[in-house]
Amino acid sequence: MWSYTLRRVLAAIPTVLVVITVCYLLLHATPGGPFDSDRKVSAAVLANLQAKYHLDLPLWQQYLLYLKGLAQGDLGASFRYADWSVNDLVASALPVSLAIGGIAMALAAVIGITLGIVAALRQNSLVDYFVMLLGNVGSAVPSFVLGPVMIIVFAILLKWLPAGGWHDFEPRFMILPIALLTIINVSTIGRVMRGSLIEVMHSNFIRTARAKGLPTRVVVMRHALKPALLPVVSVLGPLAISSITAALVTETVFSLPGLGKLIVNGAGNRDYTLVLGLVVLITLLTVTLNLLVDLAYAWLDPKIRY
Amino acid sequence: MNSTLEKLPDLASAPRSLWSDARRRFLRNRAALISLGILALICLACVIGPWILPYAFDTADWESMSAPPSFANSHFWGTDDAGRDLLVRCLIGGRVSLTVGLLATISSVTLGIVWGATAGFMGGRVDAFMMRIVDMMYAIPYLLIAILLVTILGREFYLVVLTITVFSWMDMARIVRGQTLSLRSMEYVEAARAIGVSTPRIIFRHIVPNLLGVVVIYTTVTVPGVILTESVLSFLGLGIQEPMTSWGVLIQDGAKTMEATPWILLFPAALLSTTLYCFNYIGDGLRDALDPKER
Repeated sequence: MWSYTLRRVLAAIPTVLVVITVCYLLLHATPGGPFDSDRKVSAAVLANLQAKYHLDLPLWQQYLLYLKGLAQGDLGASFRYADWSVNDLVASALPVSLAIGGIAMALAAVIGITLGIVAALRQNSLVDYFVMLLGNVGSAVPSFVLGPVMIIVFAILLKWLPAGGWHDFEPRFMILPIALLTIINVSTIGRVMRGSLIEVMHSNFIRTARAKGLPTRVVVMRHALKPALLPVVSVLGPLAISSITAALVTETVFSLPGLGKLIVNGAGNRDYTLVLGLVVLITLLTVTLNLLVDLAYAWLDPKIRY
Repeated sequence: MNSTLEKLPDLASAPRSLWSDARRRFLRNRAALISLGILALICLACVIGPWILPYAFDTADWESMSAPPSFANSHFWGTDDAGRDLLVRCLIGGRVSLTVGLLATISSVTLGIVWGATAGFMGGRVDAFMMRIVDMMYAIPYLLIAILLVTILGREFYLVVLTITVFSWMDMARIVRGQTLSLRSMEYVEAARAIGVSTPRIIFRHIVPNLLGVVVIYTTVTVPGVILTESVLSFLGLGIQEPMTSWGVLIQDGAKTMEATPWILLFPAALLSTTLYCFNYIGDGLRDALDPKER
């Protein structure tokens, strides 16, 4: 197990390096520097600016400097928000995204697994139809359609909740975004849980457990649940990644000051260092999540031995 | 002699190929057929609708701005806040979204098949290296890189297609590689080799037809995914640009003014969701129809 863990961690490092390098080179391959603007800047000022951001050095030196900064946890200075470093911007936006995403993910796991179990045990019941419907909705109604529809219903027609915005982690502003992300994730988790539990319930060892005369509750909780959870664990990784995508949309729809909003604005403003820093950060996050899921999978599944 | 034997000639005269079987099964699937019909209608409307309707997608009707749907002035779906006819804009947007979907699907499916088949046939180190790259691509949060690419390269139509292609070929590559690997060692391939069938003939007669099933299925899964990606990019303001439009752009426009004029959001949203639903059902139908285990 330890050598497997070590091997997986080592294998993840080149991925991260390749992503950083490719993104870095892409940014520098673009025509136009970050200080090209309509306003004429004198040559001396431009030279000073370039010296400050090390743009006068050869590319490989800039790249090594950037990597050195990264290793020390410094994402550089933002080109557009003059007094801000990318670190400051991230530090103010990350808690918002983590709170929304984390709560939604936890809720989705609990609700999705519960609904999936009930749907699998009572096929063709109301809960079952609900899970199937939710799965359909999740795959065909994208978050950027569902979000505005939720705003129309709950903020405009019913006037229960604010249509968007953010105020110091006040729950009123968090309910709709969390609900949106939860619904999207529940649709996947519920469907996968339902399918895998149905399959497990048809296997021989469950028949044996029943034949011993165990009550259904014990059969499900003690015997069926653990193997049935494996596919759910394996979708958690992709789901976490798509949550990052969904966060971009959610934060735009509800105008939340999170990472998604930051990256969309950064892309719109062509704030290269900001976008690059966020890409690096989120790639690290993604790779770590994938790694954790793989390790959890290896730990849970007795058939996988490394 | 008996009835069983008398039926035999019938069976022999009607050979059951994989494809005729699949067609029969697909035609029995009502949800998939209805979806196919609706999708055909939407495509047809997008192609010929803008010619028939009296308004252009980019000219404003100053008489009626943000007008609700009405038959009186033949703005059947109303107008947007610039007074442009919403139905025509939705259909033009559909052209763009569906074209992006089609082009990006064709290019990503082609890339995936070539990549996967090469890796599968070559095997060994080449295979390991090529699949390592695929693994890497999976670890990248694709929408972010798509945003990065669009930021750098600009928002031309073909660049959007290219950006989407770069991040949607890996599924197909993995599937085709796996399929190729297992097909290569099948008994019937070995048998064909043993009776002296040439390699190209083995590929086209035995391997390609068996690959096609999975390719067709995953293509129908790729199309809605690609359309969705384009819409997300456009929704975030990073895709197709005004005055050109796509469903994502229209939904974004609608979301901005949904308190006063909800129909500007709801019509394109309904159109996009219907299209995605149809593709999902067609994909399900094809999967059921082409699965050889279902025989």
